[in-house]
Amino acid sequence: MSGLTLEQSPTTGDETITNYTINFGPQHPAAHGVLRMVMELDGEVVERVDPHVGLLHRGTEKLIEYKTYLQALPYFDRLDYCSPLCMEHSYVLAIEKLLNVEVPLRAQYLRVLFAELTRISNHMLNIGSHVMDVGAMTPNLWLFEIREDCLNFFERASGARMHSAWFRPGGVHQDVPLKLLTDIADWLDTRLPELFEDAMSLVVDNRIFKQRNVDIAKVSKEDALAWGFSGPLIRAAGIPWDLRKSQPYDVYDRMDFEIPVGTNSDCYDRFMVRVEEVRQSARIMKQCLAEMPEGPIASDDRKVAPPKRAEMKQSMEALIHHFKLYTEGFHVPAAEVYVATESPKGEFGVYLVSDGSNKPYRCKIRPTAFSHLQAMDFMCKGHMLSDATAILGAIDVVFGECDR
Amino acid sequence: MAQILHSAPRFSSIEGLGDTLSAALGDMLVDVTQEHGELLLTIKRDRIADALRLLRDEHEYQQLMEIAGVDYPQRPERFEVVYMLLSVTKNHRLMAKVSTDENTPVPTVTTLWPVAGWLEREVFDMYGVLFDGNTDLRRILTDYGFEGHPFRKDFPLSGYQEIRYSEEEKRVVYEPVELAQDFRSFDFMSPWEGADYVLPGDEKVAENPEPPKAKEAKTTDKPSDTGAGAKADAKAAEQKSDAGPAKDDKAAADDKAPEPTEDRPAKPAREGKVADTKGATEQDKEPGK
Repeated sequence: MSGLTLEQSPTTGDETITNYTINFGPQHPAAHGVLRMVMELDGEVVERVDPHVGLLHRGTEKLIEYKTYLQALPYFDRLDYCSPLCMEHSYVLAIEKLLNVEVPLRAQYLRVLFAELTRISNHMLNIGSHVMDVGAMTPNLWLFEIREDCLNFFERASGARMHSAWFRPGGVHQDVPLKLLTDIADWLDTRLPELFEDAMSLVVDNRIFKQRNVDIAKVSKEDALAWGFSGPLIRAAGIPWDLRKSQPYDVYDRMDFEIPVGTNSDCYDRFMVRVEEVRQSARIMKQCLAEMPEGPIASDDRKVAPPKRAEMKQSMEALIHHFKLYTEGFHVPAAEVYVATESPKGEFGVYLVSDGSNKPYRCKIRPTAFSHLQAMDFMCKGHMLSDATAILGAIDVVFGECDR
Repeated sequence: MAQILHSAPRFSSIEGLGDTLSAALGDMLVDVTQEHGELLLTIKRDRIADALRLLRDEHEYQQLMEIAGVDYPQRPERFEVVYMLLSVTKNHRLMAKVSTDENTPVPTVTTLWPVAGWLEREVFDMYGVLFDGNTDLRRILTDYGFEGHPFRKDFPLSGYQEIRYSEEEKRVVYEPVELAQDFRSFDFMSPWEGADYVLPGDEKVAENPEPPKAKEAKTTDKPSDTGAGAKADAKAAEQKSDAGPAKDDKAAADDKAPEPTEDRPAKPAREGKVADTKGATEQDKEPGK
């Protein structure tokens, strides 16, 4: 048949395909919260990312200025609600630095023990959701079992599963029962390694998981420094920088543990750094349990830490101290400090300015995710749209902390 | 500082670092202080980028961890911008700060560290500090279309607007803030530490806060300086009675405690020992008592 012509769009070949823009979030399940990313795509390749943060901004720093030092503490639980005790850790250390108050050894051990338990529970959530973001379901369910155990331990120590408010200036709020410590020891020996290694055996050598993560979002050492990386991200870039080791606080200097570093600085390395950190955290916890001395769990400075309940029934002075502490609070000498600790996500800092009154004049919280998210643009550039979820998962972002 | 008792992060303390850095920074530096083992450099506003470049390139402060704004409304240049630097090779932290006001921009450091972009945006958003050279100085944490800079000390804690979903209009609406209860702010300053408020009924004191001062403080070293002579002493002795104030017989009869004005049931006996926390703190079972 002659005269046959294929049907063609009249503009095929002439048309230049323009980039288009999509909204990733703020309700995307892989956005780990309320992140809105305006993405410019060329086909399926990401050209530019503009993350819009602040959708969970609650003005925590402003609220803290209107609260006494002790009243401000629970706000820190609500920053990174996946690792609440590590948030409190920076804040209480900053206050203790301003007051120069001594913390009893048992309290320091308890803090390190529970900070590491928090790290495990945080990494369970992150590892699990990272794996799920790139398509695997089962490991996440197993890891959440571990996380549930951790939350039960928090509940037994402080009465609250998540928002513990258990670290206090001068020590911790309450001592833990011996049974809790033995249960944690049993859990570290039996349940944690079993569940965790089982779950990891499904993932770490998995072909699909590697295809989705290896060589994704490689960051050089120079870039990692310039973009203010910290925590697992800077370690994955090959810089052995861990504040627990280099700037030890509480009893971390007595602990024997290794710092895992990555070699390739991609999402897979970030993931594997976290996996190894879980094992090292378990190691630190075992040392804490073995070495923890008996003794008081809070400072005996009655201007900072409250007296025991029983003492208040007998002693007028104790009653007055208790009343003053829970109404007026303590006055902190005028100074400014910046105290940063190694939270599971990286360097979590508190810049605390005191004017000598019982309320902080200014409390600037240095979130980890804020700097990391800013690097999303250059980390995503040239990758596929679906890689953005893997990159975001490997950053380990929680918006309570990022937006404050 | 005397003895370090706290267990906050310990980074290396470097002997004479303050002197080394102040020599290197020269005229860029305004002040250098060290407290709680933390070095704090105050730097001239115009030279901050140069100073930080020097610290980064020649003194190994590779990382900019944070930029914090602080508001001191009573100062002529009310804002402070504080840069937290970290050296991963020297294992040392450093704070550098500049001061500015609402209209004077601070040179940007985005040319030194790309991470400064968002950090400066945050300070701009929260305090309204301008950064000269930052090409992307948009708001970051506050709502789209937000007005004002919420972390300024003169910005109210509750803000000016509240939002809710309106069922009638089927959209989110913005309304002026209406608080069902005022924010409760307690004054904990004890009167001995100088309260700056006026008690009710004391307004006249506030009008004339200070009585006129004498040119010289009067001292009473000798009895003759007191102003009261022998005459006054004699007068005082005269008024003194030996037996003290007269007793009222009627008052003595009512010396007992007054009768209770209403019949109250006796409280149930407390359970447990005194030291037993639960028993001691337990409230009465009946409500309203």
